[in-house]
Amino acid sequence: MTKLDDLEKKINSELTTKIKKSEIKHNQIYIEIDKEDLIDVTLFIKTNKDTKFRQLIDITVVDYPEQTQRFKIVYLFLSHEFNQRLILTYFINENELISSLTSIFPAANWMEREVFDMYGVNFKDHPDLRRILTDYGFEGHPLRKDFPLTGHSEVRYSEEQKKVINEPVKLEQNYRNFDYESPWEGTKYIKEQTQANDEKN
Amino acid sequence: MTKKIKNLNLNFGPQHPAAHGVLRLILELDGEVVEKADPHIGLLHRGTEKLIENKTYMQAVPYFDRLDYVAPMNQEHAFALAIEKILNIEVPIRAQFIRVMFCEIGRILSHILNVTTQALDVGALTPSLWGFEERETLMTFYERASGSRLHANYFRAGGVHQDLPAGLENDIGKFCENFPKIINDLENLLTDNRIFKQRNVDIGIVTKEDALDYSFSGVMIRGSGVPWDLRKSQPYDCYEQLEFKVPVGKNGDCYDRYLCRIEEMKESVSIIKQCLAKMEKGPIKTYDGKISPPSKKEIKQSMEALIHHFKLFTEGYRVPKDEIYTAVEAPKGEFGVYLISDGSSKPYKCKIRAPGFSHLQSMDYLIKGHMLADVPAVLGSLDIVFGEVDR
Repeated sequence: MTKLDDLEKKINSELTTKIKKSEIKHNQIYIEIDKEDLIDVTLFIKTNKDTKFRQLIDITVVDYPEQTQRFKIVYLFLSHEFNQRLILTYFINENELISSLTSIFPAANWMEREVFDMYGVNFKDHPDLRRILTDYGFEGHPLRKDFPLTGHSEVRYSEEQKKVINEPVKLEQNYRNFDYESPWEGTKYIKEQTQANDEKN
Repeated sequence: MTKKIKNLNLNFGPQHPAAHGVLRLILELDGEVVEKADPHIGLLHRGTEKLIENKTYMQAVPYFDRLDYVAPMNQEHAFALAIEKILNIEVPIRAQFIRVMFCEIGRILSHILNVTTQALDVGALTPSLWGFEERETLMTFYERASGSRLHANYFRAGGVHQDLPAGLENDIGKFCENFPKIINDLENLLTDNRIFKQRNVDIGIVTKEDALDYSFSGVMIRGSGVPWDLRKSQPYDCYEQLEFKVPVGKNGDCYDRYLCRIEEMKESVSIIKQCLAKMEKGPIKTYDGKISPPSKKEIKQSMEALIHHFKLFTEGYRVPKDEIYTAVEAPKGEFGVYLISDGSSKPYKCKIRAPGFSHLQSMDYLIKGHMLADVPAVLGSLDIVFGEVDR
């Protein structure tokens, strides 16, 4: 369907309880579902003649360490036929296994490997779940919020041992994160005041 | 007596000139036929996304130059658009034309590199010598506008950093007059060249269905006959006001993708010409003092401007809590930024969707059953740049 509201209604009426929340923002549909419904919902939006989200653009994760359900898994879909974008999300706990989309979209393979590499989220039925972007033998999951920006280990060539070795990071100066946050909110309140005054007069 | 034959595993790269950077490709060969290809990537991984989370929005822009480093400004564009959409700010029309013009220059930069190095991979040396001369001219345009040939750091949320220097528009106009001749020269060397055709026609065929399933975009999907271009279908900035055609391939092989790129360069030249014709004098960034820094002159005279300047370059501007995915048609395909802001001056999360990542993923599917000698041809036509694949 070419109109966003119709599309949102269609998805809501067909999938009813599977959709926890849906919203239209920035010309895109944002949908929140349950972890268990991932395969059903994806198959529906891919194959239904009114949705046809034929392309999986990307998979990513957002880390909220302070929440009980720590990870938000995000799937971005694109429909060429109707020129629409859909963002599908759900929350999981830290050690939960999730289903892989590789059987529906072959493109999900590397995207899920990246998610596993960067966030340590595990997939149930992924054919080849290896690290992809980090080094061979890397430890930790770099994009988690509790992973330090400077990392844990550094690599160098050791002249004595005649090979490349891993060592704990040694910095001349630690990474400094200045706190510039201030209650500087700009002149909005002045605008609001003048508007209120104008209305009074 | 029967002899057992074992397949040969071949390590292609990471220092092979035809690997286009740092790709380690592990090939399983049965004689000369490739049975399986397993690309190992990440040798250029710099943790861009993590770094961006620790920088203000303005400080994050230069990281985008370093993704696809042959067309830097196209990436900046996606990031700028994402912030603009969240902040809901208008970009002055002159800034829109400047941005679109430099994006098209970026497209030509990228396509020249790809077409000529693809020719180099299959044995033709001359195109790259001719092409790189033109790239150098284009990079001087980058330098004159932004101050550096490659890492421009030129686009800002709400416009561009500074106005074009005097005379640049004229020189770009002159380039547009001369460049079609160079494209013709390149075509004379390659398009009907027997060897070039033998190496590229019917190699690495992608069907329409597979192009969709493997998340292809850009030339990779258009080469397979899907008329999909974000500049047309989801226009951003001033693309709606410009007229251009979207070249679409027929067979989805390496040769069609080459033809698409050649045609796209011609279209880009026409877009640049239109931009130059329609561009009028005017502001080049939003006047909102909370987002774009004041001019040096203002800082000397106005207290408020001085405060703005100080706050913008220490704390940076704040972006309200939101979540957005914005994509642009980069030379290599759909380049997207998935941005989550939390109301502070640093992005909470910034996922970069690089087209090359999905394209390289399909290497196994593309090369299966081809000869070893076809590997560089297919790899060349995928248009891979490791800056963006590894991020």
